[in-house]
Amino acid sequence: MKMNNDPLLSVKDLRTCFRTTNGLARAVDGISFDIPAGKTLALVGESGCGKSVTALSIMRLIQEPAGYIAGDRIIFQGQDLLKLSKRKMREIRGNRISMIFQEPMTSLNPVMTIGEQIMEVIQLHRGLSKKEALGLAVEMLNQVKIPDPAIRISEYPHQLSGGMKQRVMIAIALSCEPDLLIADEPTTSLDVTVQAQILMLMKELQQKEGTAILLITHDIAVVYEVADYITVMYAGRAIEQAKRSRFFRHACHPYTTRLFESLPSMDKRNEQLSTIPGRVPDPTRYPEGCRFADRCHLAFDRCNKEDPKMRFIEKGHSIACHLENAPAISTATATITRKTEGRATYTSSPLVSVKDLKIYYPIRKGLLKSIVGHVKAVDGIDISIGQGETLALVGESGCGKTTMGRGILRLIDITCGTIHFNNIDIMHISGSKLRRLRKDMQIMFQDPYGSLNPRMMVNQIISEGLISQGIGGNKKERDNIVKELMDQVGLDPGMIHRYPHEFSGGQRQRIGIARFLAVKPKFVVCDEVTSALDVSVQAQILNLLKTLQQREDLSYLFITHNLSVVTYIADLVAVMYLGKIVERGTIREVFDTPGHPYTQALLAASPCIGEDGRKKIFLEGEVPSPVNPPEGCHFHPRCPKVMPGCRKVYPGQYSLSETHSTRCWLYE
Amino acid sequence: MRRYIIKRGVLLIPVIMGVVTFVFLLIHLIPGDPVDMMLGETAQQADREMLRTRLGLNDPIHLQYYKFIKGIVRGDLGDSIHYNRPVLEIIIDRFPATLELTLGAIVIAILISIPVGIIAAARQYSIFDNSSMLLALLGISMPNFWLGPLLIIVFSIKLGWLPVSGMGGLTYLILPSVTLGTSMAAILSRMTRSSLLEVIRKDYITTARAKGLSELVIMVKHALTNALLPIVTIIGLQFGALLSGSIITEMIFSWPGIGRLTIQAIITRDYPLVQGCVLFIALCYVMVNLLTDLLYVFIDPRIRLSE
Ligand code: SF4
Ligand code: SF4
Repeated sequence: MKMNNDPLLSVKDLRTCFRTTNGLARAVDGISFDIPAGKTLALVGESGCGKSVTALSIMRLIQEPAGYIAGDRIIFQGQDLLKLSKRKMREIRGNRISMIFQEPMTSLNPVMTIGEQIMEVIQLHRGLSKKEALGLAVEMLNQVKIPDPAIRISEYPHQLSGGMKQRVMIAIALSCEPDLLIADEPTTSLDVTVQAQILMLMKELQQKEGTAILLITHDIAVVYEVADYITVMYAGRAIEQAKRSRFFRHACHPYTTRLFESLPSMDKRNEQLSTIPGRVPDPTRYPEGCRFADRCHLAFDRCNKEDPKMRFIEKGHSIACHLENAPAISTATATITRKTEGRATYTSSPLVSVKDLKIYYPIRKGLLKSIVGHVKAVDGIDISIGQGETLALVGESGCGKTTMGRGILRLIDITCGTIHFNNIDIMHISGSKLRRLRKDMQIMFQDPYGSLNPRMMVNQIISEGLISQGIGGNKKERDNIVKELMDQVGLDPGMIHRYPHEFSGGQRQRIGIARFLAVKPKFVVCDEVTSALDVSVQAQILNLLKTLQQREDLSYLFITHNLSVVTYIADLVAVMYLGKIVERGTIREVFDTPGHPYTQALLAASPCIGEDGRKKIFLEGEVPSPVNPPEGCHFHPRCPKVMPGCRKVYPGQYSLSETHSTRCWLYE
Repeated sequence: MRRYIIKRGVLLIPVIMGVVTFVFLLIHLIPGDPVDMMLGETAQQADREMLRTRLGLNDPIHLQYYKFIKGIVRGDLGDSIHYNRPVLEIIIDRFPATLELTLGAIVIAILISIPVGIIAAARQYSIFDNSSMLLALLGISMPNFWLGPLLIIVFSIKLGWLPVSGMGGLTYLILPSVTLGTSMAAILSRMTRSSLLEVIRKDYITTARAKGLSELVIMVKHALTNALLPIVTIIGLQFGALLSGSIITEMIFSWPGIGRLTIQAIITRDYPLVQGCVLFIALCYVMVNLLTDLLYVFIDPRIRLSE
């Protein structure tokens, strides 16, 4: 007899392997967990730990024959999914258990309307007629809060924004009222404001329908906001499991605590972030003892010999570690205590000074490509950055921050405005002079792989700048400089003759850093440089950038959407919305007393550990197209404090302090 | 969408002009005097002059070009010397036969290649996949002038199942279409397979699987529709190969189509007819490519809904 207090899903000693050229990769290697009905379990871990494979195994979507599930049981509503026939399993998929994925951009079929894609699953599992299915599909779109569902239903995925697509995915997943929803990094590729909307939506629907959720994520802050239970994964296994309330106070596996410590935050500004050295072990060759041993700061003799088993240290809290009294995370590290002072001084003459910068893109239409309008990507921006200072530029995607970063370096055409670098007007200097100045102004990108020539060896990549600037006489001398640089950024100088694909994401970002260091710049634009990295690697890169800044007196323009990174690394912050800076100030001013409603909403939307009962401001909608920004204050359609006057004229700049200013009519 | 179609159409104008000019120059590019070539060295001077005037070869070249284009616009491609009938009329007479043959070949190619490509992609590296792709490789490298006679020997002479040559009912169509369609079927199978293999790695296929759809539905409804773009492109491009292949195939099977007509015109040195045939074949090719471009519109909503 099935008892009522049995968990909805019980994964027991799940093992999933892949045949690779290097041997058998044990991607998931004996994980067990339970999800009670109607609850959320978060599976947390860094990339490559086996989270997604676990999810796909539950759905039995591991692609054979390359991969297979070796054992042991996945009990769902009393039956073992691994014993079901393929047909029976298909009846469960999309029906009792459904799944949404990380990339809403690519998860929908581009040649089918969203209506067809929702109706398909309804007709398949619920046996409804086409007409009934259509009605239900509209109803589902309504539930996931897509405006004008009856119209949207006949649109194609490319006509929807990323956030909208993820809503459609949720509509598909929930249309058969599943008992379990598996969400694999559902908000990772979305902006924080949209992330907050989607997480909220999932929570609401969960409460209404009683759906259990398996949430897969690398973001501990998201876990804090939505999970009931947490399982931390490492190298194919669970290493710590606990209820939310216990986890965020007493998590104590050395890996978990290190993850917490490597999160950047404001109160760590004056210290180096903790990092986890080394890499996740190769799933084809796991070590004999604890799989974390070679990276663990607390490892001792026994760890290398004996594999720690999961054991309870308290009711409902288990870890896989030999330590008897593993130190728990201190709440201080988990809570943002805002006490440190940001550096707030504009130096008398700034290194970079931008005045009224405008970058417009013409919109061309028709056969003759006549210009019918302009996208005002950057619309009149002033900034200045002093020597040794970091200015962070934040905002949702599409607000123009990347264009801004490139514009400052004159990598793209500028419509008008002035840019002074080191008191030289770089808008009006000759090409050859600009080229000479280039060495002082460098840029680093989000995707290090895309910006490194795959056919060049590391020494060639790094020494390119040396050659163009005439540093180092011959190849041997240059190679020596390259080795020194590699050493400085924490790369093994022995790898000088390797190609970019042989490095991990974090290492490639280090190559990018070595490349700009080679020319000894004064100013570097860092464009989302840590966005693609795991937190522990992100911490390494942030540490490195900070150390180098202090040593070389570098100035950074740090473009990012991650607010906790900003609080850690930046001195000043500028918040951008649709081509304009709406608020600027020191980190403390902007984060402690945000003036602009948009800044307030951004801060409220960013998930944050240790801030229970924080007032949430939910921003409706998404950033409008910069082609036709709303009249008056561009933010007014989404602003919770909008006043009639806001719709007419764009507000001027109001000073809140010497360094803090905002553009909002509230402060007139 | 409208802009896309207009753009495609406009792009055709220089192509067509190029083709027309090339065909016009054809007669002048051949070394020696075309009239000599047509009548032979021993012809009478008077006959030569007559033909010269009839072909307009005495006019200055720009005038000839002008007349040639004017003729084309009016649908007048001149008269065939051999048949003594308007070239266009002869071509229109023969065209249905070639159309029947090429359509037969395309239908056979599609009927074979799409299912083969789907199964091969669904069971990558299986015995079916490996053997069908090996066969496809063979099919691509097999020339028509070898395959045609081989099929005739086996199916007509040895087994006596199908007629040797000529045109008649459906049974007459089988061997020539198979001969003509084989290499296309082979290329299409490989294309379908590789294009599907690329598509089934896409995230939306995982979504489809997560919905609980069967593999067949996923392959046909989700994967194939997305893989269609490159497949259609190949069909369009292969059409050119099909037209040139039809020349040989028609000769082998005595098929009364444009291909055989072209060869006959070349042998009899019937220049106006050669010009007409070449022009017609080239225009067919251009039109088919326009058609494939237009097909994209229906396959891919991203093109359809663009401005
Ligand atoms: S078992 Fe040893 S190596 Fe593993 S986490 Fe615990 S202390 Fe570290
Ligand atoms: S100006 Fe008005 S609409 Fe704009 S942010 Fe301020 S209150 Fe909101």
